[in-house]
Amino acid sequence: MEMTERHVMGLIELLYKMADDQLIIGHRNSEWTGLGPILEEDIAFSSMAQDKIGQSLALFELLHELGEQDPDTVAFTRNAEQFHCCQLVEAPIGEFNFSIVRQYLFDQAEALRFEMLMASVYEPLAMVSRKFRGEIKYHVMHGKTWIKQLAEGNEESHQRMQEALNEVWPLALGIFEEGDYEKEISEVNIFAGEAALKSRWMETVVPFLESCGLNIPQSDAVTGGRHGQHSPYLQPLLDEMCEVFRIDPNAEW
Amino acid sequence: MKTTDFPAPHPLHAVALNAREQVILDALEAVMDPEIPTLNILDLGIVTRIASEQDGHAQVQLTPTFSGCPALKIMESLVHDALVAAGFLQAIVQTSFETAWNSNLISERGLESLKKHGLAPPPRHEGYIELDVLSDTPCPLCGSRNTTLQTPFGPTLCRSMHYCNHCKNGFEGFKPVD
Repeated sequence: MEMTERHVMGLIELLYKMADDQLIIGHRNSEWTGLGPILEEDIAFSSMAQDKIGQSLALFELLHELGEQDPDTVAFTRNAEQFHCCQLVEAPIGEFNFSIVRQYLFDQAEALRFEMLMASVYEPLAMVSRKFRGEIKYHVMHGKTWIKQLAEGNEESHQRMQEALNEVWPLALGIFEEGDYEKEISEVNIFAGEAALKSRWMETVVPFLESCGLNIPQSDAVTGGRHGQHSPYLQPLLDEMCEVFRIDPNAEW
Repeated sequence: MKTTDFPAPHPLHAVALNAREQVILDALEAVMDPEIPTLNILDLGIVTRIASEQDGHAQVQLTPTFSGCPALKIMESLVHDALVAAGFLQAIVQTSFETAWNSNLISERGLESLKKHGLAPPPRHEGYIELDVLSDTPCPLCGSRNTTLQTPFGPTLCRSMHYCNHCKNGFEGFKPVD
């Protein structure tokens, strides 16, 4: 099938939401730098932050090649309503239990998304996805290790994992909020779509969480993020993240 | 001049090198990873394409080890400087994800170079990378397999941290990456 303007718009929408997710979760992960409960976690979240921000840069470069503005401008000059990240990634880091459960559920979705995108007909996206998939393996490994250990630890650690899961779950379901071009991007094999990703994610995370003795909450997805409707947490994050850039946008670094 | 003005350089091992390309290769041999001074970038496996179609002109394509690796920009400029020093007036260095780097691309000599720097080299893998693979890392200092993985994340994105229960030293490993 021939690529039309609507297919390209669908591709751009897909790249924006992925890039914005990576940038914002990268910023949140970096907030653990210096605050991790143990030194190794300080380093782990900082390393994951570095990966995410590197990945967001590569995705913003792809957007730039498609005619969008350069990565710094796109990353640092938009306001909250111009972002397409899901509300999951913008939530504050909370306590360690919240951050760990979010990290696992988000990264497992990313790992599957990149795996699917390795087959994308849009070759530049397939190429970066092959690269990201190898990196994300370590993030998934990190999340799973902690969830298993804490959910199977003592009564308190188990309870705190369950509480975090109850809180994160509806936000995590919001990852799969559909865009306006689901049909277009799947019919030309750019991406199989959010519904396909969600079912693969459920098949992966539900058995794992249950094997750790956790109950899957029955709650509805928190949506809106993909269409620019965000929680009150995003704008303050952007204000902080962009503060230095906005002092002198033309500065040479 | 825009890079699109030149034909794409060819994959490193795809065709026989001409004399100018051999000069490029020799120059790259001396470009070390800025964070691992015993390892050159050819042995690291990040040089994916080279070409020299005319006198004084060199093209090199690199692939990132990790997409967030801050050393990449430094390596680009080190490569550029090395090409200029080797007499190429026009040196174009590009980074591309076209060939995704994985740790199996490190040469045998590269694995030895990692050890010389005190880093445990990554095991050869077929895509299975889990904690048990990382846990089974021999100590680069005494060779013992009685070691403990402390964390898969280290001081740089490509390193993990371990402890040797035999010689009682902490050490770092270069992570296997798919």
